[in-house]
Amino acid sequence: MSMSRRQFLQGTAGAVTAAAVAPVNDALAFGKREPLPLPPKAIGMLYDSTQCIGCRACVVACKEANDKPVEQPQALANWNEGTWDAAKDISGQTLNVIRLYQNGTMAQKDREIDGYAFIKRHCLHCVDPSCVSVCPVSAMRKDPLTGVVTHYPDACIGCRYCVYGCPFNVPQYQFLGPFGKIAKCEMCSHLLAKNPLFSGGADALAQADTSATDLWRQGQIPACCDVCPTGASLFGWVADLQAEAERRLAAQPGEMHEFACGWPGSDRPGHVAPIAEYQPHLYGEKESGGTQVLYLSGVPHEKLGLPVLPDYSYAAVSEGVQHTIYKGMIAPLALFGGLVFLARRNVKGEDEGKNNEDQPS
Amino acid sequence: MTALAHRPLGGRVVTKPFLILGLFLLIAAFFILRRFVFGMGDVSHMNNGYPLGTWVILDVVIGTAFGCGGFAMALVIYIFNKKEYHPLMRPALLGGLFGYTLAGLAVMIDLGRYWNAFNLLMPWHMNFNAVIFEVALCVMAYITVLWIEFSPAFLERMKPDVKQRYRLDRVHAFLKRYMYVFIALGVLLPMMHQSSLGTVLLILGYKLSPLWNTLWLPFLFVTSALAMGFGVVMMEATIVQRAFKRPSEAALLGSLSRFAAGLLAVFLVVRWVDVAYRGHLGLAFAGDWNGNLFLIETALFLVPLVIFLSRHRFTQRWQFLGAICLLAGGSLYRFSAYMLAVRPGNGWTYFPSAPELLITVGIIGLEIMLFLLFFKTLPVLADHTAEPHGRPS
Repeated sequence: MSMSRRQFLQGTAGAVTAAAVAPVNDALAFGKREPLPLPPKAIGMLYDSTQCIGCRACVVACKEANDKPVEQPQALANWNEGTWDAAKDISGQTLNVIRLYQNGTMAQKDREIDGYAFIKRHCLHCVDPSCVSVCPVSAMRKDPLTGVVTHYPDACIGCRYCVYGCPFNVPQYQFLGPFGKIAKCEMCSHLLAKNPLFSGGADALAQADTSATDLWRQGQIPACCDVCPTGASLFGWVADLQAEAERRLAAQPGEMHEFACGWPGSDRPGHVAPIAEYQPHLYGEKESGGTQVLYLSGVPHEKLGLPVLPDYSYAAVSEGVQHTIYKGMIAPLALFGGLVFLARRNVKGEDEGKNNEDQPS
Repeated sequence: MTALAHRPLGGRVVTKPFLILGLFLLIAAFFILRRFVFGMGDVSHMNNGYPLGTWVILDVVIGTAFGCGGFAMALVIYIFNKKEYHPLMRPALLGGLFGYTLAGLAVMIDLGRYWNAFNLLMPWHMNFNAVIFEVALCVMAYITVLWIEFSPAFLERMKPDVKQRYRLDRVHAFLKRYMYVFIALGVLLPMMHQSSLGTVLLILGYKLSPLWNTLWLPFLFVTSALAMGFGVVMMEATIVQRAFKRPSEAALLGSLSRFAAGLLAVFLVVRWVDVAYRGHLGLAFAGDWNGNLFLIETALFLVPLVIFLSRHRFTQRWQFLGAICLLAGGSLYRFSAYMLAVRPGNGWTYFPSAPELLITVGIIGLEIMLFLLFFKTLPVLADHTAEPHGRPS
């Protein structure tokens, strides 16, 4: 008897759910929130792995600019203490790091097999950032004009959900010490603030000409791009960086190319070198709804720890679901109304039948 | 239905088990102190690959699911109008009260910047896109509702003249009159935040195996939380009956188990059909870590389903086994979805440290201590001399 009942239950439930699962899954495309557009004055970086020589000047400059201590492996902690930095990855004390990809004999740079390559790890300043979407107290904010993602420790409650949700594992909580903060690259916003272009207020920036590359000269740019000797880290308007990346991808391997240093069109002497054999892909153009830091590489990007991502942000998925359920609070309020009605009727029915000593709980 | 009165169990509060639990609480207090003086890294192995550790996953995600007994019983008794289960209501509510209140306490230990926690209530800081914001606000509201729902137990215990002196008799009358509003809230709020605890995971994207990552997460989390609510009521009633040698409620629990069985059937069918529909059935049988976890979870859910649909559901032993497997399955499902099936890449690993676990153990110990205290001193358990027994269906 019990078996037949179970089969009946499961059979019915199976048929009903099979009919229900399909449309919900099909609705995935519509369930997502609209993708966010690239901000009008988006600034970013182009990192060209084939131009990086692994000197780590950018790592040192970042530490200096952001006032972060050096990190040493524990085994070597007593060796020239505090004078050299050997951060293995970004952390609560390291906002930017150069990592090495190595394979086999490491005979040739920028080759996947028996080769090696460098990769610069820091915040990619997503166009549609997960960390901003998941922060319950709006401590992660994306500048509406420049698109730089900044963090406000005075708002932050330390729930570390930004750490959990970032597809690139960028935000890092300082677990050591009682007053830890979330640390991440903020594109040296404090240096950019000294640039008249950004210190003039939102209105002035909105009016600014995005092709006015000479404006960079009057102020400072992010420390890592400022010190990069080969132009592997290039700062600039995202549109300019995309165009420069397209030029490099379109050029013939071996062709000589002048790699700008600092920012595209800067007055600094460029670095003349042959074009490498690129992977035919500009990472960050579409990934996760687009990122304002773009990557060119000679080895497949996923080998460098850049995950394969869809062209939409997971934030669009989770916000889509959340705002479908809570649209105008209509569903919860309707449900609440029904529950109040039933509870009232059933509690009343109970009270009528008995003496006044009873509690409805 | 006839009248239902509640009575304190009485007896000594400070017993040997109570003192042993107190010892665990002291150990936990020591490490909690260290956490606040030296920081989280001093006691926990949490890292930036696995930033959510046992405190959030055991104490909050699983702890609040264990606290869903009050939610489940309120739904059955006051929404579906099944009055025969009334004797189970107040103990279930007490479980919810402690499950949720101590989850709130665990959150305060876990928050890296707890002194800013009030920002959650500041309108200019609120982020309505953040699923975790909904969870935070909703859980805060539900803890309040739970205390209001339980407050008659305190008021009944007070001497009438004391109540009159502090005008508490009016509060009591007010609560009696409008309790249905809080009962409705007590059903609505858990539906909201228990489903959101699933929605929270959608942000993980590729980090979470497709066996868990689905748009059905909110549905799967709320149905399994409700099923666990029934499981916890069955487990708690059985333990209390055995420990305090009270008359058996096996018949009543046997009929109650049907609700859990229905929820489990729906949960399992939705989960499997969804995985199959998305073409990931192969992953379930891949024989690897994730696949085996998925199968173990399914097995743990199938055991109670089979028991609760068979005649064995009226046997206390089988009933208890079913409830335990149901709770284990629901807990493992949450543990997997939040941690065991999450791969942040970059070589990150996590295994909780002893102090980290001892804090969780201490909090659970505190919960049991409070249970004992409340059972013995407050009118929580139904007075079985006047209690109508459930009938087998």
